[in-house]
Amino acid sequence: MKQWSNIFYLGTKELRTVIRDLVVVGLVIYSFSLDIYLQSTAVSESVNNASVAIVDEDNSALSRRITNALYPPYFKQPELIQANEIDEAMDHDRFIFVISIPPNFEKDVRDQRQPTIQIDVDATAVSQASLGNSYIQNIVNNEVNHFVNRSDEDTSYAVTLVSRRSFNPNGTGMWFGAINGLLNQITILTIILTGAALLREREHGTIEHLLVMPINSFQIAMSKVWANGLIILVAFSLSMWLIVSNILEVPIVGSHLLLLAGTTLYLFAAAAIGIFLGTIARTMAQFALLLMIVIIPMMLLSGGLTPIESQPDIIQPFTMLLPSRHYMAFAQAVVFRGADLLIVWPQLLFIVGLGSVFFISSLALFRRSIATEH
Amino acid sequence: MDYAKADTKSSVATIRNLRHKYKKNLALDGIELDIPSGLVIGLLGPDGVGKSTLLSLISGARKLQDGQLEVLGGDMGSQAHRNRVGPRIAFMPQGLGKNLYSELSIEENLDFFGKLFDLNSAERNSRIKKLTLATGLNAFLKRPAGKLSGGMKQKLGLCCALIHNPDLLILDEPTTGVDPLSRRQFWQLIASIREDRPSMTVIVSTAYMDEAEGFDYLVAMNNGVILETGSPQALKSKTNTDDLEAAFVKLLPKEIQQKDIELVIPPFEQSKATPAIVAEGLTRRFGDFTAVNNVSFDIQAGEIFGFLGSNGCGKTTTMKMLTGLLPASEGKASLFGQEVDASDLETRKRVGFMSQGFSLYGELSILENLTLHAKLFHLSVAKMKTRIEELLERFSLEEFKHSLASSLPLGIRQRLSLAVAVIHEPEILILDEPTSGVDPVARDGFWQLLIELSRRDKVTIFISTHFMNEAMRCDRISLMHAGQVLVCDTPKNLVAEKNADSLEDAFVDYIQAAMGENQGHSQHQDVALSQERLSQATPTQDEDLTPKRFSLFRLLAYSFLETKQVIRDPIRLAFAFLGSAILLVVIAYGISLDVEDLTFAVLDHDQTPQSRQYISNFQGSRYFIEKQALQTQTELESRLKSNDITLAIVIPPGFGRDLKKGETPSVSAWIDGANTTRAGTIEGYVSGGHIKYLTVLATEAGIDADAYYNVTMESRYRYNPTFETIYSIGPKTPAMLLLLFPAILMAVSISREKEIGTITNFYVTPTSTTEFLIGKQLPYVCIGLINFLILTMMVVFLLQVPLKGSFLGLALGAFFYVCASTGFGLLISSMTKSQVAAIFATTVLSVMPTIQYSGIIQPTSTLEGVGQFVGSIWPATYYMHMSVAAFTKGLGFNDLTKDLFILALFGPIFVLMASALLKKQEA
Repeated sequence: MKQWSNIFYLGTKELRTVIRDLVVVGLVIYSFSLDIYLQSTAVSESVNNASVAIVDEDNSALSRRITNALYPPYFKQPELIQANEIDEAMDHDRFIFVISIPPNFEKDVRDQRQPTIQIDVDATAVSQASLGNSYIQNIVNNEVNHFVNRSDEDTSYAVTLVSRRSFNPNGTGMWFGAINGLLNQITILTIILTGAALLREREHGTIEHLLVMPINSFQIAMSKVWANGLIILVAFSLSMWLIVSNILEVPIVGSHLLLLAGTTLYLFAAAAIGIFLGTIARTMAQFALLLMIVIIPMMLLSGGLTPIESQPDIIQPFTMLLPSRHYMAFAQAVVFRGADLLIVWPQLLFIVGLGSVFFISSLALFRRSIATEH
Repeated sequence: MDYAKADTKSSVATIRNLRHKYKKNLALDGIELDIPSGLVIGLLGPDGVGKSTLLSLISGARKLQDGQLEVLGGDMGSQAHRNRVGPRIAFMPQGLGKNLYSELSIEENLDFFGKLFDLNSAERNSRIKKLTLATGLNAFLKRPAGKLSGGMKQKLGLCCALIHNPDLLILDEPTTGVDPLSRRQFWQLIASIREDRPSMTVIVSTAYMDEAEGFDYLVAMNNGVILETGSPQALKSKTNTDDLEAAFVKLLPKEIQQKDIELVIPPFEQSKATPAIVAEGLTRRFGDFTAVNNVSFDIQAGEIFGFLGSNGCGKTTTMKMLTGLLPASEGKASLFGQEVDASDLETRKRVGFMSQGFSLYGELSILENLTLHAKLFHLSVAKMKTRIEELLERFSLEEFKHSLASSLPLGIRQRLSLAVAVIHEPEILILDEPTSGVDPVARDGFWQLLIELSRRDKVTIFISTHFMNEAMRCDRISLMHAGQVLVCDTPKNLVAEKNADSLEDAFVDYIQAAMGENQGHSQHQDVALSQERLSQATPTQDEDLTPKRFSLFRLLAYSFLETKQVIRDPIRLAFAFLGSAILLVVIAYGISLDVEDLTFAVLDHDQTPQSRQYISNFQGSRYFIEKQALQTQTELESRLKSNDITLAIVIPPGFGRDLKKGETPSVSAWIDGANTTRAGTIEGYVSGGHIKYLTVLATEAGIDADAYYNVTMESRYRYNPTFETIYSIGPKTPAMLLLLFPAILMAVSISREKEIGTITNFYVTPTSTTEFLIGKQLPYVCIGLINFLILTMMVVFLLQVPLKGSFLGLALGAFFYVCASTGFGLLISSMTKSQVAAIFATTVLSVMPTIQYSGIIQPTSTLEGVGQFVGSIWPATYYMHMSVAAFTKGLGFNDLTKDLFILALFGPIFVLMASALLKKQEA
């Protein structure tokens, strides 16, 4: 009982500390409001606003038709350039795609001579190149077919394919972006807040003061976990409700309660990592660098940027050790697929397990790290 | 009251109606004062009456708010005047070694200060030699300042202040927390310097009345106003007392005076009970340094046991072992007859500990600090209330109870620490220099409490102190030196044994005797000898002193300093290099847009050879992994939901039959659309597979499928024909790392100076903002460039992405880029006060734009709205672009010039913004 009341009182102290630091409060608010909004609205589709140029050496009705078929939001309004400008323009990143329509194109099509359209793709724009290329091919094919058939009828195939997207039928990229952004913010802010809170106590000597009182390191660490976790949980809930649900209109299919519960568990795990870093770093500078080394992989390898199964085989097992990976899988399942506890329990178990490992390791290192400080 | 007239000499500072406010608190309330030149002027007064504020205003470290302040013949409100007189003023702030760089050695610290004042190498060397010989620091030139004892730190601080022969020396409580021997040496040093330079004025604030006795002119302050000025003799005769301490008390307002009651200590009655504290052969080593060597003592319940010794002799370490904070290397310590056990919470409830230096929460108010501790010790609500009221009253903290602890002066914070240490009415009190920096009146009040606790409640008190009058009040004292206990007896016996006049003399005798056994003798001779040499030095002060506006020399001094500090913390450097190397590998391999190994399952309602032929298109592809077939539509939905599969292909009933009949059957593909990017790719793969099937079908039917096409398309994947992510991400990853690491290192470096207090050196020396910022920036630019080389080598040799274009262009770009990222760090740290805020702000503000808006995945041209705008004003965008152009596109120098030009602008803009925001004075 006394144990828990100590944790409670120490935690209220943590809350006061954070709330009185206006810079930190301002940054937390920014991260969960404006930053989320900007991130999710910056990119909406997989292929979006891709820059295209057309080298039109035919200058026919058909070539103009193709030019007009490329329009926003997928593509920017195509620019017309000359053949000799291609290299220079692509070198300077002016265009991701350059479509070259040869002379006599329309005539050759009409005569069924199968003319060739050349598409130059800047393959360094990895996210757009392949998908955009296939979009362009489809568009060109459609336009040419319409032109040849003189109707909107599609050429008939033996089998038709109907693709349906579950969970996000229109493929609104913002949905995923918003959730991904929110998860990244949680990771960054929780780890910094908790880790720095511990390190500040060490640098200011207040930790020694606590350690001569009837308080053990478990209580100190736990109080930081709950207080800083609570701050982020509140920010997360508000952001989820106000920004994600109401302003960005992302539907949350699954149980809100389950989402909050899972987030709480993840906050414990992230805070535990913060405590762990705060225990092993000796100075704020070291902490800052460790922070970078930890949060960047946590963000990039969580599956939000690159799906886990696409990551190299060497890295995949390593991502099992990142709580962010399990949380990302959990959140996606609940938010988009409406998964219930029966489906996501393994992820939750991983999150709690990993969090506990970091938490217990920090406790084991705690006193030793303080004793060796001199 | 009217301002006091200076004697006959001209004044070094003229102060008229000076006021200073901290938020709502008025620290100085209309000061009127003339400070005569060529004298030692003492500033006396209780804690928190504005002494430190006044001193920092005179030195120019703090910004003038209201009133007139002329120092050395000019207005301190004018930057031009401050620049002019800066080199003639030296300021040593309160706190042990507060303005010293703890990683740097004595010599390096002195050398740095010399450089800030534009002394050339020969001048510096001769000054350093003279000053260190005079202070006895010469033997320890290579020792880092952080490892010096308090007394040595203060001496070094003084040397740093004197390196440029100032005309006005301002010392804020220079001897607080310094042992008697070092204190004596400190004042001897000042005296000898003044002999040498009689024109120099010294302004000192002090809590020691015996020191004040020796000053020429005293200024008594209270509550932001001057009470009285005059020589010690004049003050004594004015108040009809023969003791300066008594005279000072009489000058104070009546309500404070009344608290001053003569302390009576009832005799200590020896009890037969178990000793409360026992140490047996306690030893503690740090590496090969023995801090505490075989210390033994036992302290009876209810005894007041004083712990004396020179600075750094191991007192604090001993106390930490008693409290269980540090495990003993050898020997054992027991409290209440039980061996100290760090995990024993019950014993801790019976012990109160106050550590040296303030260690409570500065961000909480006094009341909140007390309440927190009362709750942590589980006092009942009623008890807590009365106890807190009692303590607020006892320590005169009532009027400050709602102020944040960090905003209060040292003396008042110490009182709070004491109040916290006794809040739970412990049976043992372990107090490490509890009264350092506390004014005499408050000290007596505190001792009254200690005596009461000891004699009435039988609380055992273990206290360390540098005040001899406090030591005299102890029942027994133990004298420690260099890790060993020299003697342990009653104070009277100790004085008698040495035949000394006072305990202080006895103390000095004991320590000198102990030092004589080691090396002390020769050192003592040195001091005498060197004082002679110092007096021979003739100051060269006649030339024009106005410092140059900009000095490359000072700038490089800062660079040199920063480099030294970085090198002394190899762990940080290793993290910076190793960390970015590891991240390069993780990111470059980890980010892959080649979607593969997708799990899929088939719901085949048809089960004919035709349907199986369709499915075979997806089997065995490197993109797809087939999972167990689906039976029902419900199963399909649930398995998509549980993320077991990301794609389901549904073949309708009668597929084979319809196909044969030529009745276009329709296959459907269900794709997990949660991750939209991935869903788009899958869609592409599925339609690719579908078209392949149609082609095969047509070929089997004897139709040349190709003939159906009206047009053929030829795609050329330029720059990266194999279309592997690594050729794009490989060159982009260093851009991310070269931004984040230098920025955060830089931000921490400056905010650390602010937090520790070394920033004062920037305030009070002729250093300009540009010199300070660029000087600190240079080493980090170099670190960034080394990092660039390491990362480039890794990209080429490890990731096997050849550098096809201009290395020169890339390297130049990296230089501009690192200037930009460190510049960003400077900008952040110029706006934040603490290291935590700096780290927080740098991370939050730089990670997102770098990962999301700079084109690492999504080309910037395809971004929308504010995101695109942010990307366009963020340096990472241009460097990533340039790096890809140089590596993968193989462009030459000329083709990179546009990016280079833009990149070159960021650094100077950030630095300019930072210098506009960084204040040259404290608020």
